[in-house]
Amino acid sequence: MSTETLEKEVKEVKKPSEPLLSKKRKALLTNPLDEDNPITIQVLGICSALAVTVALKPTLVMAIAVTAVLVLANVVISALRNTIPNRIRIIVQLVVVASLVAIVDQVLKAYSYDVWKELSVFIGLIITNCIVMGRLEAFALGNKPWDAMLDGLGNSFGYAWIILAIAFFRELTGSGKLFGVKVLPEEYIGNGVMMSPVGACVLLGVLIWIIRSRNGYVED
Amino acid sequence: MENLLNIFIKSIFIDNMIFAYFLGMCSYLAVSKKYKTAAGLGMAVIFVLGITVPLNWLAYNFLLKEGALTWISEDFASIDLEVLKFIVFIAIVAAFVQLTEMAVEKFSPSLYNSLGIFLPLIAVNCSILGGALFLPTRDYEFAEAVTFGLGSGIGWFLAVVSLAAIREKMAYADVPKPLRGLGITFIIVGLMAFGFMSFGGFELPFKNKEQQQAEQEKTSQVSENVDPLSVANYSE
Repeated sequence: MSTETLEKEVKEVKKPSEPLLSKKRKALLTNPLDEDNPITIQVLGICSALAVTVALKPTLVMAIAVTAVLVLANVVISALRNTIPNRIRIIVQLVVVASLVAIVDQVLKAYSYDVWKELSVFIGLIITNCIVMGRLEAFALGNKPWDAMLDGLGNSFGYAWIILAIAFFRELTGSGKLFGVKVLPEEYIGNGVMMSPVGACVLLGVLIWIIRSRNGYVED
Repeated sequence: MENLLNIFIKSIFIDNMIFAYFLGMCSYLAVSKKYKTAAGLGMAVIFVLGITVPLNWLAYNFLLKEGALTWISEDFASIDLEVLKFIVFIAIVAAFVQLTEMAVEKFSPSLYNSLGIFLPLIAVNCSILGGALFLPTRDYEFAEAVTFGLGSGIGWFLAVVSLAAIREKMAYADVPKPLRGLGITFIIVGLMAFGFMSFGGFELPFKNKEQQQAEQEKTSQVSENVDPLSVANYSE
């Protein structure tokens, strides 16, 4: 008798748990790549998308740093979500993110000093990167750690491919290089506008135009 | 004094938070739909930047910098707490914003209604933390830090108000559907950045000491170069 009820209980507990990569969870991972992209649709994390994309190398490092911070912060906040008082949640989130960023900053400083120097304040600014805060507020506070991790991964990949695309075009047209290696013929003179803030803004505008006309998202 | 004016002009026009560093872009794009809200947030940014930058300067110079703790005891001269700068800066900004919000709510409800809703937004505005993070890389004195904070705030205000004014006019334009909203705004921001780049050609009214020295050296070198030449010319 007692074992039967126990088994029933176990079954009942097991029922709601879904496979690790169910359809819904896959959507968490793939949606942010296109129709729910953090940069082009949600308008989050623009600062760094524009500022660090002068060349591919710092952009790649930045993308990895954001991925690390976003995934870890999502998991930590989601694990703590029931213990955080609502009124001070922003400060709690900021402290968690700031600690993670401090770690990332130290690791970068130790292992790739040149890129760390190039990125300067923008590593620190991951703290206030709206993607991190936005996902913590919108998702991690109301979902389980595993889902939050997938959401973090999805969003940081969505962020990464956009900034890498911008960096690709900016480095290619701006200096004729890719990852610091000259790919265009020697006679190509770099286009200074693409290296400046102007190029970044216009390029991102055009990229948004292309993406939105593909997936039919219209802002009123 | 002259140096301060230089920093002031530089932080407003040449090193504009938005057009040169893209700091505070998220709220910049989000609130620039209407002129009035843009002006409200702009004022709040000036206020918060003008106070948190000096606060963070104090924290950096008396707490975090290598050897900053010597004012307590000479034994602490070798301590370098710079690792903690992110946490300290963001804590100061967040705490200050929260305090201001509560104070404004209590003492001036009318100001709270116009400004208060923007204050929580500001805690996560990159331009505030960015302003603080620039401090370690630039060796400012206290007065310079105050000027830099205020100047950056005014620069941000100018940028957000002008974008909002343009976007209000955009309502009458026939923009292609997928480009509407964010896309066209980015292109406008790009063009505005183009305009602001021309400020880079400004000759600052007052030269700082290094520039003055460099120029003096140049002129002295030139005069040295000229003298032997002229002597040679005469000898010929």
